[in-house]
Amino acid sequence: MTPRVPEPFPRIRFGGVSRTRRVTDAVVLGGCRVAAWLTLVPLGLVLWHLVDKGRHALTVGFFVHNPKPVGEPGGGMANAIVGTFVLLGIAAAIAVPVGVAAGVYLAEYGRNRFATTVRYVADVLSGVPSIVVGVVAYGLVVIPMGRFSAFAGGVSLAILMLPTIVRSTEEMVLLVPRSYREGALALGAPEWRVTQQVVLPAAAAGITTSCMLALARAAGETAPLLFTALGNRFWSVALDRPIGSLPVLIFDYARSPYEDWNRQAWTGALVLLILIALMSAALRYTTRRIR
Amino acid sequence: MTLDTEVAPVAPPPPRLQATVHTEEAAATPARPPKLTARAFDLFYGAVHALKKVTLAIPPDSVTAIIGPSGCGKSTLLRSFNRMNDLIRGVRTSGRITLDGEDILGPTDVVTLRRRVGMVFQRPNPFPMSIFDNVAFGLRLLGVRDRGELEGRVELSLRRAALWDEVKDRLEVGALQLSGGQQQRLCIARGLAVEPEVLLMDEPASALDPTATARIEELVLALKSSYTIVVVTHNMQQAARISDRTAFMLSGELIEYGETSRIFTSPRQKLTEDYITGRFG
Repeated sequence: MTPRVPEPFPRIRFGGVSRTRRVTDAVVLGGCRVAAWLTLVPLGLVLWHLVDKGRHALTVGFFVHNPKPVGEPGGGMANAIVGTFVLLGIAAAIAVPVGVAAGVYLAEYGRNRFATTVRYVADVLSGVPSIVVGVVAYGLVVIPMGRFSAFAGGVSLAILMLPTIVRSTEEMVLLVPRSYREGALALGAPEWRVTQQVVLPAAAAGITTSCMLALARAAGETAPLLFTALGNRFWSVALDRPIGSLPVLIFDYARSPYEDWNRQAWTGALVLLILIALMSAALRYTTRRIR
Repeated sequence: MTLDTEVAPVAPPPPRLQATVHTEEAAATPARPPKLTARAFDLFYGAVHALKKVTLAIPPDSVTAIIGPSGCGKSTLLRSFNRMNDLIRGVRTSGRITLDGEDILGPTDVVTLRRRVGMVFQRPNPFPMSIFDNVAFGLRLLGVRDRGELEGRVELSLRRAALWDEVKDRLEVGALQLSGGQQQRLCIARGLAVEPEVLLMDEPASALDPTATARIEELVLALKSSYTIVVVTHNMQQAARISDRTAFMLSGELIEYGETSRIFTSPRQKLTEDYITGRFG
């Protein structure tokens, strides 16, 4: 029997894509576009509101004066701005070394049960409400010390930052190509030197980014500071005393019945947002330079 | 399977008629004990039997090529010589591998072993730091701190790797700015800086263009007077051009091992002949 030649396929009419397909395409694409715009709406509203209501009290005095008593005109948030930086400094001093070291451990030696547990705990910790962290820091630091303090505030922020730093450091270290490690090991480098001299520098930019991100999130935290740093209307940079911070002061001012204070709360919020934006910008600049 | 050189470690075959280049080598070889040997070496990745009773002896100051199709175990064998397979979980070995007659599989100091047995990888893998720091990396590991000594040794290594003239004015530039071929020569310089005795090369030119490949090959030929070089390659022409001895592997077994000119002109095993004539692989 002669082999049968298969019949050719019926010719397709290339008259254009069918109507239903075109309609579906337009609907889905349009939906995605609307969703993308919707994500911009909250940010736009926040910005617009803050600028609209905050600009009135935005003067040089706001940055150089401490809060004044009710009824006295003027007054600013100088102590709270500095206080926020002090708190972030303490938090970073605790969370960055611990978090980075733990992240490196998880990435390089993390194939055991202990590491799995640490990973799980870090994930759980990142989901713990910040007010709970504040209460824990109250019990751990404030009660033994006998008073509210900047240090206690820093500890609570550090606990909040830790899981982010640990998990993202781990990811950044895992991203370092295997070939770097092999190259260094083949030169006779012991493992700890491979980590210290090749892996960590290669992951530095990513680790810096994640630390700054954690810091930016911590900068806006209010709840944990209520039980720990407490807030302070006067100039203080003593680590063992209550300290003012932008979020807490904004909270106090916004709840107050005084119109002047309400206005300053808006300005404080605007300043906080600008500070965080500046930090992110600085971070982008520095990490680009590292690369 | 009767292996051509099962017995070679003890008594290398007498020199035979062959191409001019190899005559001297062959004459020089018998007098010197082998640099590296594998004896009945087995390696398992978990349940996979990756190397089966491999036995061969690699003479000093020569180039030995390992050829064979993908997955035949040639890279695995190469990485056994400096215990890079230790990094892979689930690897078991049996048999012996010796360097200068000493067993390296036992409780050897792996760090010292890797200083004596350097390695160049398939893909150039310079560290993301300056050219200078790349070459100085191994020296600093060894505790060299003196700037003058570092500079001298870095220059010497770069010269040996035939890269000095191209980079001498920009040693502080990041190594990742170099071209692929330059990066690979940098990796060779980095390996040479710690004065190894053996240089293992895992398809050192397979990621490079023909010009860069030619430079690497010239370099290998220039280096063989002072280093024992073992090259894994996919490229049979390359094996023929640069090596003194060639080992052909298939499915984890060493099929044939001998003088390169002999392997390529009159292979004794049918499988070798089929492979080098391109009938499979």
